[in-house]
Amino acid sequence: MAQYGQAHFDASFGALSDATRRGVLEQLGRADASITALAERFHMTLTGMKKHVGVLEQAGLVSTEKVGRVRTCKLGLRGLEEEAAWIERYRQFWAARFDELDIVVEELKWKEKANGRKKRK
Amino acid sequence: MDVRRESEATPTKNRTGVERKSERELVVTRTVNAPARLVFEAWTKAELFRRWWVPKSYGQTLLSCEMDVRVGGQYRLVFPHEDSTMEFFGTYLEVTPHSRLVWTNEEGDDGKTVTTVTFDETAGKTLLVVHDLYPSTEALDSGSTGAMPEALDQLDELLASLGSSTETK
Repeated sequence: MAQYGQAHFDASFGALSDATRRGVLEQLGRADASITALAERFHMTLTGMKKHVGVLEQAGLVSTEKVGRVRTCKLGLRGLEEEAAWIERYRQFWAARFDELDIVVEELKWKEKANGRKKRK
Repeated sequence: MDVRRESEATPTKNRTGVERKSERELVVTRTVNAPARLVFEAWTKAELFRRWWVPKSYGQTLLSCEMDVRVGGQYRLVFPHEDSTMEFFGTYLEVTPHSRLVWTNEEGDDGKTVTTVTFDETAGKTLLVVHDLYPSTEALDSGSTGAMPEALDQLDELLASLGSSTETK
């Protein structure tokens, strides 16, 4: 897993574990916003919001840009794409596993039918 | 054995769903075209379980698979791993025939992952829900427990290569 960016996933999933931070991502999904605007919307201090944005930024989920005196936040897409890829890999693993399960279960069905549905349990 | 007959609809592959419910929970869902009693059998008899738990496309086979499926019973799966072996083991916490299985995964360094599998039968088909509760986010991401073999990278490559070639047996 190391080559797959272990630290990155730890950081991004950690970042996503907080309700405020998920809210911030949702908000930024609709429109870019300044830290001040985010702080107001989530009823917290500027310092508090800066910390949350910092965590999201470190995880690559958000990028910020300072224009004049305003720091604008927007979604960092790369992070989310990688997470989606991680989930997809996991899904493919289970899909492969379940395809094998199908084969085993089909055999059980076939045997049961061949046995004339003898009640054995 | 080819179980596909004219009289029987060709078994179609159902969609596997994965959802990360929280930082410590992963949920996998899949419908199997069979009654719960048969699906449950495939999950609880070692000789059946070992045939599907490690998909062929994963390129590995279990060296051994012991399962004592009853409350408090243990299981132990042994895989070849590089020059050595890797073991997955734990304890069954709940065994409710044809509907629910709960076991622990105790091989991890940082606590136990608890796996809950439910078998929900409707009209002859069974919805499987596999719920993993990890002791920590790190454990989930590192795949240090049985739910996520660490060599998944290899699988990814294999699946990609299998996509272009036909199924080999």
